Amino acid sequence: MDNTLLEVKNLKMYFPVTRGLLRRKIAEVKAVDNVSFHVKTGETLGLVGETGCGKTTTGRCILRLYRPTAGQIIFEGREISHLKDRQIRLIRRKMPLIFQDPYGSLDPRQSAGSIVGEPIQFHKLVLNKNDLKERVASLFRMVGLDPNMVNRVPHEFSGGQRQRIGIARALACEPSMIVCDEPISALDVSIQSQIINLLEDLQKQFKGLSYIFIAHDLSVVRHISDRVAVMYLGRIVELTESKKLYDNPLHPYTQALISAVPIPDRRVEKQRQQIILKGEVPSPLSPPSGCHFHPRCPIASPECSEIIPALNDVGDGHEVACIKVQ
Amino acid sequence: MTLLTVENLKTYFHTDFGLVKAVDGVSYEINEGEIVGIVGESGCGKSVTQLSTLQLITSPPGMIEDGKVIFDGRNLLDYPANGPEMRSIRGGKIAMIFQEPMTSLNPTLSVFQQISEMLSLHLQMDKETQRKRAIELLTQVGIPDAKRRIDDYPHQFSGGMRQRVMIAMALSCNPKLLIADEPTTAVDVTTQAQLLLLMQNLVRQYHTSLIIVTHNLGVVARYAQRIYVMYAGRIVESGSCDDIFNQPKHPYTIGLLKCVPRLDEEEDRRLVPIEGLPPNLINMPPTCAFLPRCPYKIDRCREEPWPALKPVGNQQVACYVDTKLTVQ
Ligand SMILES: Nc1ncnc2c1ncn2[C@@H]1O[C@H](COP(=O)(O)OP(=O)(O)OP(=O)(O)O)[C@@H](O)[C@H]1O
Ligand SMILES: Nc1ncnc2c1ncn2[C@@H]1O[C@H](COP(=O)(O)OP(=O)(O)OP(=O)(O)O)[C@@H](O)[C@H]1O
Ligand code: SF4
Ligand SMILES: [Mg+2]
Ligand SMILES: [Mg+2]
Repeated sequence: MDNTLLEVKNLKMYFPVTRGLLRRKIAEVKAVDNVSFHVKTGETLGLVGETGCGKTTTGRCILRLYRPTAGQIIFEGREISHLKDRQIRLIRRKMPLIFQDPYGSLDPRQSAGSIVGEPIQFHKLVLNKNDLKERVASLFRMVGLDPNMVNRVPHEFSGGQRQRIGIARALACEPSMIVCDEPISALDVSIQSQIINLLEDLQKQFKGLSYIFIAHDLSVVRHISDRVAVMYLGRIVELTESKKLYDNPLHPYTQALISAVPIPDRRVEKQRQQIILKGEVPSPLSPPSGCHFHPRCPIASPECSEIIPALNDVGDGHEVACIKVQ
Repeated sequence: MTLLTVENLKTYFHTDFGLVKAVDGVSYEINEGEIVGIVGESGCGKSVTQLSTLQLITSPPGMIEDGKVIFDGRNLLDYPANGPEMRSIRGGKIAMIFQEPMTSLNPTLSVFQQISEMLSLHLQMDKETQRKRAIELLTQVGIPDAKRRIDDYPHQFSGGMRQRVMIAMALSCNPKLLIADEPTTAVDVTTQAQLLLLMQNLVRQYHTSLIIVTHNLGVVARYAQRIYVMYAGRIVESGSCDDIFNQPKHPYTIGLLKCVPRLDEEEDRRLVPIEGLPPNLINMPPTCAFLPRCPYKIDRCREEPWPALKPVGNQQVACYVDTKLTVQ
């Protein structure tokens, strides 16, 4: 596996739940609980699952925006889960983050050009102002924005254009991998496809660029990803190639999730079987014992409430965490 | 039997920036027991259309400028917005479910108090019968332990359960028409499947009609019999789901279907985006609103006003081009 760019091993991120003035710890949210996967150079790995399953937390741990409770994160051959803040900043340059609305956390008075140029300056990647200007203009063109718009401020752009600026900023420091956290969820349907195509084109253009693509929309995740990991309450329940995920889903949760996603095709829809799950996703504060899915699982048996199923390779890298699937 | 007919509805907003023709000559109908989908992107006028039929538009700046809303043989727009007739229709004969349940649930009243309010307003019932009816409704929409939960407040329910409470409230007075405006956008996909199936079953059971407003074409394909596609304040295509999903005819509908990823697609499918942006509706030109984005446009589209809907096969299409004969 020499083309492995990132390897995550047994990652755990537990958040304390505190109460009172002394912030006494009364419980723990196991937001990410023993998650392992890898991302190859040039590959897109999708993370999908319903709200609160731990997608964002996984992404933020990889970027070391959180200090993981346990586990290893090996990026470009280097274990980074224990690095100091100063060292981690250099790593982050190699794997930036884009999220729902790149302006949500930025100064509304900052111009688009300086948003994109900021990381270039920070990491001193250009020699002078002129080089910086040129570099920013070329990034603008790369993401399909008119370089004449560098002086505009956030609210003068549409949502889709704002996301393009976020992508330009992410590309600024020649990253090896971009973590995309719900990058298109806030956009109109017709604009979503523009951004998806842009991400695909950039990956072709910069050979070897990898993505971790996080979203709750399974159709979108499957479209853009080479492989997809399905998460449920902090754990990966299934991880396989995009094609197999639809053709041959093996975990009962994946099967239900797939059947719940409607396909915009009347003839196809008429043929489809729906699996309707019982109840809702339980609270992450008190997840069910054993396999977290067992209270809602159509094929569960008594052992399922006792055994935590490991994520096993059932052949050709198709990994499933279910004791009924071997 | 037709239950509701909307004719040439126009709702405009008179804003400081100009005139917003949010709904600009919309006509549609729904039959008894039918499920109809209204789709279109954000800002195209779906919600304003539905709010207008119930006269729930804040005025100013909103104004219903023209049109008819025929329900039970009467034009609802003849009634004053806050008069007794409209109040008895809203929540009574026509009920509405919104995207965000917290906007229409009162946080200071228990679920029973809210259902009871509805029942007192629309049906004559004593408290005890109301309680029985409320428990029955909550049970029907799948709220476990309804007897105990009925005195809980909205914030004590999870997102999906709150939507169920909304559905129960909407159904409490046996409406003939249920309007669900993005009813499941805020919930997860497995919950969405549960809720839509629930609505579909209830509608069948009571022979209620259902309008589903959504931007999700898949939801329409799965649940609706007929579909109206909206763009920039107008309906650009309508017909049965069988026809439209099989052969969309308006360039916008065609574009929408080509630009969304679908779960069953082949590997390496390339999406075909609709170029440009949806228009903002202020001071629109008189020509077809889709013109700047349309790959099928011809000279006529630039020279003549926005075309009206006309029949093309079994569908109604508002377009000068016969897309079927045009090679892309
Ligand atoms: N900083 C935090 N402190 C405490 N709990 C947290 C924190 N961040 C996340 N959590 C909890 O961890 C769990 C996983 O959250 P996370 O945001 O990773 O989910 P997600 O899969 O990204 O969900 P969504 O689809 O809603 O974005 C949730 O139960 C959440 O409430
Ligand atoms: N109070 C208002 N003042 C001015 N314009 C308004 C007002 N309410 C709505 N509009 C405009 O009317 C148009 C239609 O809005 P509407 O809410 O019906 O869209 P929608 O199709 O329901 O969109 P979404 O999918 O985002 O819910 C929009 O362009 C909106 O900006
Ligand atoms: S381990 Fe058991 S409960 Fe969990 S998914 Fe498999 S069958 Fe269902
Ligand atoms: Mg998230
Ligand atoms: Mg709306």
